Amino acid sequence: MSQTICEVRGVEKSFGSNRVLRGIDLSMCAGEVTVLMGANGAGKSTLVKVLCGVHSADEGELVLAGNPYTPVDAADAISQGVVTVHQSIDDGVIPDLDVATNLMLDKLTAPGAGLFVNDRKLRAEARKVAEAMGLTMNVRQLVSELDVADRQMIAIARALARSPKLLILDEPTSSLSATEAERLFALIDRLRSAGVAILYISHRMSDIRRIADRIVSMRDGSISGLFDTQPLDYEGAVTSMLGHAMTDVDITPETNSAPILCLKAIKLREDSPPIDLVANDGEVIAVTGLLGSGKSQLAEVIFGLSRPIAGKMKLDGGSYQPANAKSAVSAGVFMSPKDRASNAVIPDFDIANNMTLPFLGSFSRYYKLSDRKQRRASEEMIGNIGIVCQSNRDGIGTLSGGNQQKVMIARWLLKPGRVLLLDEPFQGVDIGARRDIGRHIRATAKGRATIVFVAEIDEALEIADRIIVLNEAAIAGEHINQNIDLAKLVAEVSGPSLSPALAG
Amino acid sequence: MNNERILNLAIRYGFLVLLAGIVMYFSLAAEGFASPRSAVFVLQSVAITGILALGVTSTLVVDGFDLSIGSVATSSLMLSAYSMVILEYSAFVTVLLCLTMGALVGLVNGLLIVKMRVPDLLATLGMMFLLIGLQRIPTQGNSIATGMRLPDGSIAEGTFAAEFLWIGRHRFDMFIEKLFPMPVVVFLLVAVAVWLFLGFTRHGRLMYAIGSNQRAAELVGTNVSRYKVLAYMISGVLASVGGILLAARLGRGDIASGNNLLLDSVAAALIGFAVLGAARPNAFGTAIGALFVGILLQGLTMMNAPYYTQDFVKGAVLVAALVFTFYLSSRRSSAGRH
Ligand SMILES: Nc1ncnc2c1ncn2[C@@H]1O[C@H](COP(=O)(O)OP(=O)(O)OP(=O)(O)O)[C@@H](O)[C@H]1O
Ligand SMILES: [Mg+2]
Repeated sequence: MSQTICEVRGVEKSFGSNRVLRGIDLSMCAGEVTVLMGANGAGKSTLVKVLCGVHSADEGELVLAGNPYTPVDAADAISQGVVTVHQSIDDGVIPDLDVATNLMLDKLTAPGAGLFVNDRKLRAEARKVAEAMGLTMNVRQLVSELDVADRQMIAIARALARSPKLLILDEPTSSLSATEAERLFALIDRLRSAGVAILYISHRMSDIRRIADRIVSMRDGSISGLFDTQPLDYEGAVTSMLGHAMTDVDITPETNSAPILCLKAIKLREDSPPIDLVANDGEVIAVTGLLGSGKSQLAEVIFGLSRPIAGKMKLDGGSYQPANAKSAVSAGVFMSPKDRASNAVIPDFDIANNMTLPFLGSFSRYYKLSDRKQRRASEEMIGNIGIVCQSNRDGIGTLSGGNQQKVMIARWLLKPGRVLLLDEPFQGVDIGARRDIGRHIRATAKGRATIVFVAEIDEALEIADRIIVLNEAAIAGEHINQNIDLAKLVAEVSGPSLSPALAG
Repeated sequence: MNNERILNLAIRYGFLVLLAGIVMYFSLAAEGFASPRSAVFVLQSVAITGILALGVTSTLVVDGFDLSIGSVATSSLMLSAYSMVILEYSAFVTVLLCLTMGALVGLVNGLLIVKMRVPDLLATLGMMFLLIGLQRIPTQGNSIATGMRLPDGSIAEGTFAAEFLWIGRHRFDMFIEKLFPMPVVVFLLVAVAVWLFLGFTRHGRLMYAIGSNQRAAELVGTNVSRYKVLAYMISGVLASVGGILLAARLGRGDIASGNNLLLDSVAAALIGFAVLGAARPNAFGTAIGALFVGILLQGLTMMNAPYYTQDFVKGAVLVAALVFTFYLSSRRSSAGRH
């Protein structure tokens, strides 16, 4: 029997009249990965924030290694050995500093650190930490220039370097690709055998299958199930977190409709072959591939954020060459970008204003914005895709991560468009809600072409009529979503294991 | 729970209560404070800074800052004197010239920031020095008044047009004859217009969105550059309006006037953050902020406090307002501000 590192007893926490945690009991043992599952808004991140000293519990107590544990703030929690990687990535890094400083921040703040910073030494040490994580970026680069995945890896690297007793990872893989996730799992395996207790939160079944020793499921602020007998009952855990069995998706692929968007010989990179793609009316296409396979690049080209090296696009038969997001939107091409915190959320606005932002013109009469129209429209979308909130006046920052993401998707479903591009739309969205949103997107698909860019093959299979695989900015395969040969699809995603060019 | 309620009330209404309290205190303590005349005097003293402050507010909304407003106002003051006294243009042309100058300065500020990527503080600081210098060149650093000797030896014959002086000096009858000054009317009109524009049109809403997350605003199809330039142009035009009113009140191109304009109007805009717990730049707050400072100074003057305590009092109010805004609202679980 392994020793209990941390225990949570009867913890309660409310925000105003919203009772978020309603008596949580939980224990975490050394050398064990406890996976915490729960729908968006169940209270997982709130529990994490209580554990790591960001919030204080209203009721209940925490025990760490046999002693009462009441962290006064995040720094205190860390010094007692509770280290957290937060769901919101920007909580974990300082964008205006370079990679080396970010990795070595703890050295700089440690008591007894010298007055002067020895940059050379700092960078050498940072390089060591980076290497241990398999990070290849230049340590002198500014973090703000990196993409989400790299930023997330830096936050994780820093956490691991702190030699934690209890490591908390709140959706660490939501913006990582499979290869990076695998690197993280290997590190988790190492920590587990070194006797660290790990609390791991994720909505990705593939993560959970890979690393869970036990699963705790949470619903509406209470623990609703504990699964610790091998083999783990994954389906049971999902059922207990949702409160009902998961509904199946069945897709009959849409074929033979009129084309809306045509890409002709689009070249994304100098050395990549041209891409041809036709997106049809009512069709949902999933573009999948590893990180760096060119998915986001393709989305950006279609949305006018960058120009292709070569090639043309046609929209409804006419030439389509958007110069920027504005001209794309006015042509009826909408995009929900990935990395919502940097690219989509307006932190000062409430739900209704965040949601209606692109279409304020149609919520105005003459020159005056109609608050009532905005609220009515967003209220309807809140119901349609199941956003967990108190009211449409809630500040966006008070929503759970997954619910913020739902607002960002809802934003582009408010008005009919010709082309809808969704780049990683399910980042942080729970399994149940993902299905509901997928169903809503499919149900409203008539009249537009929908292209979804996802790294997870599961997500592609759930939503698409047709799946296109990108590899190295080229189309590696195309499948109608019916009796798909999964092995072939996976092989196409990962690409030829060793390309002749590299081998030679 | 109950504590949170009180905290919310304090954040929302605290500043207004404070304002009411101060008004009441002065009414009792200073004889003649609670009279229409003194009220109008307060309004008149804040009209010009208030108008400038509303301009700064619109740049604060897009997460910018305009340091050049004070110098735009004084440039507009000098330009109007130059235009009427030396060039002998009419009042109408003069006003038009000044407004165009303000819009142009705003445009240049905006383009420097948007196209040349100069940080806003630096761009507008540079513009401020440039204008302070420029407005002195045509008259070799002298004030402009009728009868002055020009560099070429001739005498300036022009005078301030009566219509022009009317803008600054006319008083409308209200309750009492000749009570309500024209600059106050302009201030109120501008305040209502900016309030409606920022708070209730989609353009205003998009400007707030830009201020909160520029990248996200851009990706929903907002023309970010255009709105930013617009904000600086509003600021420039309003500053030139302030300058016109100042010129029309003084009736001469006084090179030394308008020194405090920049700091006073920035203070009003920042105090505005605290009004109704907005915690963001807003037109209503800015107007109240300007009024607050005006009332305080008028009250102190009437109680015979020495003039040199004024800046200290302004500073104290500003710090109190900032504490109200940022400390208290960081303690409440934040709701959406729009
Ligand atoms: N600062 C806050 N103020 C008010 N309400 C909050 C705040 N933080 C969280 N909440 C509310 O608490 C509830 C739980 O949020 P939490 O972030 O813990 O969910 P979660 O389980 O992590 O969900 P997700 O899977 O989407 O990340 C939500 O209803 C949210 O609206
Ligand atoms: Mg969460």
